[in-house]
Formats: sequence, structure tokens, C-alpha cells
Amino acid sequence: MFGQVRYWALKELFIPLLRTYEAKRRGSRPRKGSLPLSSNRVLKGLIMSHYYLGRYAKGVLPVAWVTSGAPVELLRPFGFYTIYPENHSALCAAQKMGGGLCLVAEERGYSKDLCSYAKIDLGVFFSGRTPVGRLPKPDLLFASNNICGTVLYWYRVLSKEYSIPLIVFDTPFNYGPLRQEDLDYMLDQIEEIIEKLQRISKREFRMERLIKTMRLSKATCELWQEILNTMKQIPAPATIFDIFSHMLPIVSLRGLRSAHSYYQVLYWELLQRVRDKVSPLSEERIRLLWDNIAIWYKMRDLSELMMRHKANLVGATYTNAWAETIVHMDPTRPFESLAKAYSLVILNNNLYHRLELIRKLATEFKVNGVIMHSARSCKPYSLGQYDIKRILQERYNLPCLILEGDIADERYYSDEGNKTRIEAFLESLI
Amino acid sequence: MKRVFGGIDIGSLTTKVVLIDEKMSILSGQIIYTGYDGIHAAHEALERALSEARLKQEEIQGIVATGYGRHLLDFAHKAVTEITCHALGALYYYPNLRTLLDIGGQDSKAIGVDPGSRRVTNFRMNDKCAAGTGRFLEVMAERLRLDMERMIQLALDAKEALEISSLCTVFAETEVVSMVAQGKPIGEILRGLHMAVINRVYPMLRDVGIKPDVVMTGGVAKNKAIVRLLEERLKLKVFVPPDPQLTGALGAALIAMNTSD
Ligand code: SF4
Repeated sequence: MFGQVRYWALKELFIPLLRTYEAKRRGSRPRKGSLPLSSNRVLKGLIMSHYYLGRYAKGVLPVAWVTSGAPVELLRPFGFYTIYPENHSALCAAQKMGGGLCLVAEERGYSKDLCSYAKIDLGVFFSGRTPVGRLPKPDLLFASNNICGTVLYWYRVLSKEYSIPLIVFDTPFNYGPLRQEDLDYMLDQIEEIIEKLQRISKREFRMERLIKTMRLSKATCELWQEILNTMKQIPAPATIFDIFSHMLPIVSLRGLRSAHSYYQVLYWELLQRVRDKVSPLSEERIRLLWDNIAIWYKMRDLSELMMRHKANLVGATYTNAWAETIVHMDPTRPFESLAKAYSLVILNNNLYHRLELIRKLATEFKVNGVIMHSARSCKPYSLGQYDIKRILQERYNLPCLILEGDIADERYYSDEGNKTRIEAFLESLI
Repeated sequence: MKRVFGGIDIGSLTTKVVLIDEKMSILSGQIIYTGYDGIHAAHEALERALSEARLKQEEIQGIVATGYGRHLLDFAHKAVTEITCHALGALYYYPNLRTLLDIGGQDSKAIGVDPGSRRVTNFRMNDKCAAGTGRFLEVMAERLRLDMERMIQLALDAKEALEISSLCTVFAETEVVSMVAQGKPIGEILRGLHMAVINRVYPMLRDVGIKPDVVMTGGVAKNKAIVRLLEERLKLKVFVPPDPQLTGALGAALIAMNTSD
């Protein structure tokens, strides 16, 4: 009872105050020469309150830990408080805590070669160290293998350690177009998942609630798409690093009103910049596309390096992943929509799909070249990049650079070497 | 008054300076060890180059810095990567250059060049691992107590190359020591070691595309065994410019000349 009162008081009274305060506060040190978005402050309040409220959610709401590619919309009608370990790992990495937390997991015997999102999360589990104070213990784990196989093993470890159920949404890989039998298989799973969720949350499933969530989710993804579209403007109103840092709502708060409201604020600000032709660069001489997940601990350095060379990263296959499957979302047919939208994501698709996607984005965003981050962690995203690069260069005359590094473990990044690679690449484009 | 331009290449091992005049004639070139202070090395090398050419620093119209310490120099007018500089320096001697291999003390690079536009079209760089760099051969020479010249000659004279299977410098060292202990012919071991370097850089070359003219620069280009074995492997003539270590600094000087107009 006390827990419930405390949670609702925090949610309704304290959090709005915190967010107003954060929105008014002056931001931290901006990147050199950069033009920080004023929405950043609103975002900071949103992230803080999301993790802060999470601390008190345990016992009041069922808590689920979810993979970034799981159909979270299914959880929303049951009122789960959702935490995204991948997102939290990225947050740790951005605070340069990644390497240290990975080490904790490695000392426990986990392989160095594991994805660093997983290693960081296990490191947090074993050490309790996190920049957000405390993560609420999960009652349920919800994973989908549409992004990789790693998440299954990682979540199995969590399931064993916490002694809690794990629900897996299995999405067959698309070697070609989606097959009917795969669709049927996924629809069967969704029905089973709903039954399990009713049991775990002790709440009835209500279809109209799911439809409502789907509407909100679709609207948020559409808004996200519009935000990405502003970057097609020459000069672009922001940098991809700005966009990367605004991904938390679309990943972690998808299907919730707060994500949608936040993106209205961001979209409005970007629209103003487009209208006034405001650019964070003094001059935009080179436009580039990014492939693969961000390098979270290098955002500031990379952004400054790009600016110095009057180059701007304006689009990314990564940010596009949350807009790519909107076409399959029909809120009136929620089950089918979820199956399609979640199984047709970039990482569950063949390399030809990836090649065509990069070509399409390169044309739409009018870029001069592509930077492909070959991420040690993420095999499904990095596999095939050398072939894609060769085809893009030879057949389509699109210059590409492969940058070896890692998403979250700074120990795998060669600063000098990569600086030379990037500069040499930019020199070849001018 | 003569117009003079300078290129300074601050590498992790050595620092190089080249001075040219407006007719692109090379006035002087210097190589010194970088040591722990790249800025000091750059000043030192520049002074030596100036005195060799009987010039004063004020007479230099433009200086471009390159190499891993390229951002250190406040008196340079511009910093350009060694990848671009090596390509331009090699084009100076070989205008039909298409594929460039640069093996230095600490890293190696394969660079694809379009001679028409004089641009770098593609490149690969290895800076993670000593195998495939000059350091690999130095470590082995030290281990076998041979001087470099002798090592190269023995490798050239051998008819066969023993296969060194380890890709890692440390493991290869152990492998070589055990080969010596087994009484395997030293020449064949050494030829094998040179092949190991080539096997390491070959995939990078293939990735950027192997097209004539193939040119090799960097300190290791002075190693005749490497050049010969590379020619055999590629079945192509491999050109080596005079003073291959100075190619980056020369390219930097050429950029200084072109940007000062
Ligand atoms: S980064 Fe790649 S490997 Fe790691 S969890 Fe995400 S998709 Fe899986």
C-alpha cells in the first residue's frame, strides 16, 4: 500500500516538477562548435524520470526487462514497467563505464568476445554499479531473436539468476520475402504470449487496449520518421550524434504517451531549424551516412572531428530501424502487424536487403559517402559489411569507409588509427 | 626569391622532412628518430633540412604536416593524413600509380589511387598488429641476432620458404625459435618470415584492388627481399621510389605548394 502511494505520488507530483526543472536548467558543456538542441534538456528530464520512477515501480507494477526488438506493445495493456538493458548499457557506455563493467563480467568467466551490451548488463548485475542509481528487479524477461541470437543466451542467464520467467518471440530469418508459414508461426506465438502475460500480470487481456497502444506506437514511429526526414534538408538541422542521443524514447518508451509527446517537442525544434536554414556546422561540405550501432563512448570526439572537417553525418541505418517497418503497422490488425513489423527489421533480413536499404538512404539523404562501423560486439550487424562496401564502391560508385570499433566497450577502439582513417576518407571526398 | 615548401611527416618511429621549390625539385630530405617528443623532432629535422639546403625558415612559403603527430605542429599551415600524402608523393615518381603499399615501422596501409583525378579511392590500414609491419622483421632479426642486411640477403638467397603459420608476432617468434632448434635451414626460415609479412598485407591489397602500377613506400620498401617476394606473389612489377621513407613528407610538401597558390 505504502509503495503504491509513494509510486503514484512520485509519478504525478514529483516527476512533473523534476522535468520542468530539468527543462529550465542550463545544459552541460556543449560539444565544441556544436549547436545543442534545447530539446536536450527536456530529454534529460524524461530519461531521469524514467529511471528514477523505475526504482519505485517494483511491487507496484509488474516489471519487465525487454530487448530492443521485442514487440513491447503486447506488454503495455498489462501495465508492465519496462526497462531496456541494451539502452541502459549504452547509457553506461556514454558515461565511459563500459570497459569497467565488461571487465566485471569477464572476471566471472564470460567471454571477451560476447556483445558488450550483454557484458555490461551482467557487469551491472554482479557489481550493482549503474549511473542511474538502481534498476528495478524484473518479474519477467521478454526477448526476441529478431536482432540477434545473443539476447537469448543473455536473457537465459538473467532468467536463471533472478529465477523469473523468460518469454521469447521467435522470428524466422528472412532469406527472401516473408513466408505465410512463418507468419502463421508468429501469430500462434503471440496468442501464447498473451496467455502467459495474463497469468504473470494477473490481469485480463483487453483487445481495445492493445489497439490503442498500437495507434500510439505507430504515431510515435511516424513522428520519428519525420524527425529523421528533417535531416534530408541541406544543410541538415542537426547531426546524427544528436539523433542518436534522442533514441531512448523510441526504443524504451515505444507505445507510451510520453515518447510521443517528447518527439513533438523535438520535431518542432528541428522544423524551426529547417525553416531558418540553421545548421550546427559553419559550412556543410560533406554529407555522410552511418551504418551500424553508435559508438556510444566516442560521440563527442567523433562529432567534433566531423565538424572540424565540415562534414556531417545526416542519416543512419540504425536510427532508421525504428521507422523502417511502419508500413506494416495496421492498428486494426494488431497481431499481424506486430508479426510483420518485428520480423521484417533490418537485422532479421538478408544482406541484399541491407545493400538496397543503404543505397536508398544514400540517395534520399544525398550523401557523398558511407561510414560503416564494424562493431566487434554486434556480429549480425557487422557481418557482410566488407561485401556491401565493395559492391557499393564498385557498382554504385559510393565511397565507403569501414571503421573498426565497438558499441560500448572503449577498450576496443583505436583512437589514433580511426582518426587517421576518418580524416583520410574525408580528404578523399573533398 | 625562390619559393620553398615543406612537408613534415611525424611518424611513431621516425620524423621526416622534405623541402621542395616551386618547380617541384627536391631541395633536401631528412630522417631522424622521433623519440618521445614529436614537436622537438620536427623542429630538429626541419632545421637540418634547412641547413642542408642553405635556407632559413622564413623562406618557406608553406608547410604541411602529416603522420600520426600531424596535429602537434602549430607552425604547419595544414595537417593532412599520411594516406593522402603517400599517394601524392608516390604519384610524383609514378604518374600511373594505381595501387600503393606503404609498410612503416608500426603500421601498414594499402591504398587505391585514381591517377587521372590524383585521388585516393580506397584504402585499408592495419594498426592493430605488428605482423605485417617493419616491427615484425626487426623483432625476428633481434631474436636471431642478425643484422637486417644479412637477414635480407639470406632470405633472397634461399630457394624455398618455410611456412610460418602464426599470424601473431609473439607466436611466430616461438615458431621460428623451434625451427632453428630443429636445425631447419636459416635462409628458408628467413624467406618464410618475409613471406609471412606479405601474406599479412596481401588481403588488404586485394581488398583495395591490385592494379598496375604498383608502388611500395615506407621504410620496409628498402627491403629487397620483401619487394622481390611481393612481385612474385602479385606477378607484377613493384616500383620503389628513391628514399621510400620520405614519400609521405614529399607528398605533404607538394600539398603545401598546391594550396599556397
Ligand atoms: S548489439 Fe548486436 S549482438 Fe548485442 S544485443 Fe544488440 S543486436 Fe544483439
